[in-house]
Amino acid sequence: MAFLEAKSLHASYGQTRVLHGISFAMEEGTITALLGANGAGKTTTLRALCGMVKTEGEIRFGGERLDGRATEDIVRLGIAHVPDGRGTFVNLTTEENLRLGAYTRKDRAAVEADLQRIYGYFPRLKERRTQQAGTLSGGEQQMLAVSRALMLRPKLMLLDEPSFGLAPLIVRELFAILRTVNEREHVSMLVVEQNAAMALNLSDHAYLIETGRVVLSGTADEIKKNDAVRRSYLGY
Amino acid sequence: MDAFIHQVLAGLATGGIYASLALALVMIYQATHLVNFAQGEMAMFATYIAWALINIGIPQLGIPPLPYWQAFFVTVVSAFVLGVLIERVVIRPVENAPVLAVVVVFIALLVILNSVTGWMFTYTIKTFPSPFPSEIGFGRFMSPHEVGAIGVTMVVLVLLYLFFRFTPLGLAMRAAAQNPESSRLVGIRVGWMLALGWGLAAAIGGIAGMMVAPIVYLDPNMMGGVLLYAFAAALVGGIDSPGGAVFGGFLVGVLENVLGAFVIGNELKLAVALVLIIGVLTVRPSGIFGKVHVTRV
Repeated sequence: MAFLEAKSLHASYGQTRVLHGISFAMEEGTITALLGANGAGKTTTLRALCGMVKTEGEIRFGGERLDGRATEDIVRLGIAHVPDGRGTFVNLTTEENLRLGAYTRKDRAAVEADLQRIYGYFPRLKERRTQQAGTLSGGEQQMLAVSRALMLRPKLMLLDEPSFGLAPLIVRELFAILRTVNEREHVSMLVVEQNAAMALNLSDHAYLIETGRVVLSGTADEIKKNDAVRRSYLGY
Repeated sequence: MDAFIHQVLAGLATGGIYASLALALVMIYQATHLVNFAQGEMAMFATYIAWALINIGIPQLGIPPLPYWQAFFVTVVSAFVLGVLIERVVIRPVENAPVLAVVVVFIALLVILNSVTGWMFTYTIKTFPSPFPSEIGFGRFMSPHEVGAIGVTMVVLVLLYLFFRFTPLGLAMRAAAQNPESSRLVGIRVGWMLALGWGLAAAIGGIAGMMVAPIVYLDPNMMGGVLLYAFAAALVGGIDSPGGAVFGGFLVGVLENVLGAFVIGNELKLAVALVLIIGVLTVRPSGIFGKVHVTRV
């Protein structure tokens, strides 16, 4: 049984169909990438997994059905979503943002330890602990969003365009940390990216989505070698 | 000079009450981006509950008239429950409705609470007791009730500050008010946080009602003027700033008293509130402490 599995997902915004029966699966402990151009339906797929859009089809996580559940309950199963636009609580401090990530947890001592661990990954956030999160730079806010998700101690992280709007150096730093978290803490990750080259270097498996359908899937290496992908998405 | 000091101190006492009610307005504004016109009537209704508990008890349940402070706490809890119920039953269904629809609901709430109270308790003006013993007055400057009302207001404000600043639930409520979607993504049950906000606002309003009733007397229309001052207070401070609302409350209380006593006379006191409201809206719509919102067009 797959760790996370979606079967023929359909979703629409009003009259506009966005997903036309997407199916994919991922294994526990892996990083899987969903690639595709703007408007392909990547973000909607992630939102569907979290109960943030109305969907038809079936979503299973560790054997449990996710479709039809409220977002708040899906979070409690150990799924953390780093949303499109970073979802920063702009009027709260950096540390308050992080503490909110652990809102559903009751193990207070472990939460404190996790906070310190995250400050270890991202020393910049520690420097900005008491600062209003809205005043952080784009890169810092992305780190904050990833950290807030980590504070849940998730089994699965959904990352929506983590590289968006960031300088290449910061993207590299961020992706290295994601890799570390995946290896050390066995957090599975589903990453949505327009930056196909970056995403393929990070991930084990990948799916290519075009206009609401999966058109190609395989290991990251296989996808990298695919001629069509190379020409259209990697640009060489 | 004594008379002036007296007016300022008395202004601080009523100002505290305006501050509480303004704070209740701000809390609901932050969550819904609308001003709850029924806030005053909710407070008035709670004050009637207190009056009934003190004078009659609940004969249906065999509860005899209660001493003041017991009645006070029962009232605060009832107001809280009432606020939560109003949010769940009346406000929730219009959550995504256009602004005007919600405003109409607020006004309907105002009228309904007002007439239900009149029907239950009649429109006859009643006296409402003050719990404060006569020893704690500052002689010629402040009456015991004024000192007590300031004390109660301060305790409420400090407790609220501590709650919102230092408890996980308070943090979750602030988060839910400013970013509902991100809040859901960390597992906060946003709907319940809004209901809780209404409950807290209603409880604060209830306390304000019980503190102002010995001064203005109890009748179904008692909060009309008070709510107007609270609006002025919230606007002066900045409608999205809790600290500003508190500051605005005290400022409006003092201004109203001093101007009423020495400049314009008591008859025009309420005009002070209206002038403040219009003045703030034309000169500085975001208030003293409010954030100026800039939107891209």
